[in-house]
Amino acid sequence: MATQILMPALSPTMTEGKLAKWLKGVGDEVKAGDVIAEIETDKATMEVEAVDEGKLARILVDEGTEGVAVNTPIAMLTSNGEDVSAVAAPAPKAEAPMPKVAAEGADAKAIAEQGAKGQRAAALEAAPAPEKDWGPTKPITVREALRDAMALEMRRDGDVFLLGEEVAQYQGAYKISQGLLDEFGPKRIIDTPITEHGFAGLAVGAALNGLKPIVEFMTFNFAMQAMDQIINSAAKTLYMSGGQMGCPIVFRGPNGAASRVAAQHSQCYASWYAHVPGLKVVAPWSSADAKGLLRAAIRDPNPVIVLENEILYGHTFDCPVDDDFIVPIGKAKIERAGSHVTLVAFSIMVGVAMKAAETLAEQGIEAEVINLRSLRPLDTAAIVASVKKTNRLVTVEEGWPYAGIGAEIAMQVIEHAFDWLDAPPVRVHGIDVPLPYAANLEKLALPQPEWVIDAVKKII
Amino acid sequence: MAQAAETRKRGRTKEKTVDHDLLLKAYRSMLLIRRFEEKAGQLYGMGLIGGFCHLYIGQEAVVVGMQLAISDGDQVITSYRDHGHMLATGMEARGVMAELTGRSGGYSHGKGGSMHMFSKEKAFFGGHGIVGAQVSLGNGLAFSNWYRGNDRVSLTYFGEGASNQGQVYESFNMAALMKLPTVFIIENNKYGMGTSVERASASQDLSKNGAPWGIPGMQVDGMDVLAVKEAGDQAVAHCRAGKGPFLLEMKTYRYRGHSMSDPAKYRTREEVQMMRTQNDCIENARHRLEEAGVEDKAIKAIDDEVKATIQDAADFAQSSPEPDPSELYTDVLLEA
Repeated sequence: MATQILMPALSPTMTEGKLAKWLKGVGDEVKAGDVIAEIETDKATMEVEAVDEGKLARILVDEGTEGVAVNTPIAMLTSNGEDVSAVAAPAPKAEAPMPKVAAEGADAKAIAEQGAKGQRAAALEAAPAPEKDWGPTKPITVREALRDAMALEMRRDGDVFLLGEEVAQYQGAYKISQGLLDEFGPKRIIDTPITEHGFAGLAVGAALNGLKPIVEFMTFNFAMQAMDQIINSAAKTLYMSGGQMGCPIVFRGPNGAASRVAAQHSQCYASWYAHVPGLKVVAPWSSADAKGLLRAAIRDPNPVIVLENEILYGHTFDCPVDDDFIVPIGKAKIERAGSHVTLVAFSIMVGVAMKAAETLAEQGIEAEVINLRSLRPLDTAAIVASVKKTNRLVTVEEGWPYAGIGAEIAMQVIEHAFDWLDAPPVRVHGIDVPLPYAANLEKLALPQPEWVIDAVKKII
Repeated sequence: MAQAAETRKRGRTKEKTVDHDLLLKAYRSMLLIRRFEEKAGQLYGMGLIGGFCHLYIGQEAVVVGMQLAISDGDQVITSYRDHGHMLATGMEARGVMAELTGRSGGYSHGKGGSMHMFSKEKAFFGGHGIVGAQVSLGNGLAFSNWYRGNDRVSLTYFGEGASNQGQVYESFNMAALMKLPTVFIIENNKYGMGTSVERASASQDLSKNGAPWGIPGMQVDGMDVLAVKEAGDQAVAHCRAGKGPFLLEMKTYRYRGHSMSDPAKYRTREEVQMMRTQNDCIENARHRLEEAGVEDKAIKAIDDEVKATIQDAADFAQSSPEPDPSELYTDVLLEA
């Protein structure tokens, strides 16, 4: 049986081309890999190589023919010693087999839309559960809380290890890993060279092979060097592998402005990471948030970004002492109940919102303060429930406003509680400039409690 | 000069006693890749494969020779020119071809495509589309072996083009510092897309690229599957003995363009023809088998079996259904 040679597509977008030249004639022997013709597309002249062996029996499209559609038979090859003269012209066009499609057109769209709705509905379904009472607490710093969380999880699971710059012998650039080298040794508390791209990639590779790394970035500013590994390797591999290969990894470190370290060391990456499907993103404020969320992050089978805050490291909060204490990812916490306005904040801005709420209370305005704790997945249900009660929304974040977390929250509220709003949502945010060094300018660039108070007064 | 950093050039393996079974195995594996890639090229031409499709034709001896040097459980990771690596590790032609056509029967259920396929079972860790990213990841595979205290080795493949990426050198440093059991394999096919290695690398002996970190390196005739295996044996033994990483520069050649839509004007047709006619890894192996007195019949039987396997894969890749639309939403996150 003779083999048809079809007009090939030489790029994903090619639909037709010119058959410029035949390099083999009827009767010529053709071997796999031989160039048999040249084809001109709008971009280039390409060579057509034979895939099968045989003698060229017929040429069906003459050289110089323009507009030859992809998949048109252009020649016939004999096979298995067949005689050239025995090869007949092909039966009308051999249809390229069409893929079997599970659902097409409108059906597929409906299924996909249902999936999207399902995603949104799931976010709203869970009614805000009351915060679990973990019993007795004791005051500890956020720094201690993070250290304790790592130590507890490392005792629990031998696959968990910590690596980063200065985490072992130096005890952490910000002393978060104090004492861990002594307890766990240099195999599990690993000092790396200053090589973010390299050690982040190493950790992702180890996670793909089943280990559970905690990567400490000295600050998230330096994680930009490793962005490709975080997004392209850690976040996407599960999907690209059809669910075969997960990446249980934690990337943690201080995020946002510290104090007087200027633009390259002071940036909030919340909206960068929260943008990416395949990542979870948390941002603790208190010691309990820090301990509970980091434990949950380490146990999570997905890549989790833990955005800490340098200024908060030394702050002291009451934290449950229960050995099993953990905070589920995806649940916001109402830090202060109120009925007049909803303030939504995360990380250090929860403190700013709380201060503003105290002042507002003195003036007879009761603000409800939501500590997001998780940025992805976002606890939309908690926000929406609160706004349905207060009818007013003010978001508070340290980062820039453009495409920020506040913009996303406002949009979620417009989608799910538009009719409950008595005023347009207002965003309080860092000023839209690289953070300056000068003390006075820095203060002018970062949200203060007064900004929140002013924002509330605009809509009440 | 420190012995560790010493590099030397190797010629073709001397005709010693050739192990027929080994050579037959290598021949079959190389032929399977060649025929697979030819078929992939054909299906691409028919519009059944979309996007990028980087063929491995010409380079088969590299991955097949290295695979003969490792054991079950040793990990493999590579770039986007990856179909050969998948087949060599034992992944099924059906599943790889069906991924190329974007069907549910593909290794990634149609969600990864040519550049992104994985198999935990065969310890194949991708298939990575970002040039050089797999080198840091390969370090992580080696790290996990070191952490677990087993004697497994990871093979990290990358092209001579990728060897100019910064993270490759970050990885060399970390691998040498931590004595990670990894073989870095530079597949030098002379062209990073359309840029020749002469125009991209200040140094032409890439086997010396790990020398500043004391990583021993070797240039290997990557068109000779037995030379590759021999070099691989040495590199793998070095890693298994706990001596840290090893670097192999494979001098190889790709016959096809960088991807399907590459008119390949940066090199002459004569250059390609010369490599194909005088130095083809599969022809070399076939001649050796003939010289060693292996019967034509045995070789022909392999040819036929490979042809049938590929035809079956192509049929499967066209008949397997497209993924269900609901698959759009699956595999983004694992249940916590």
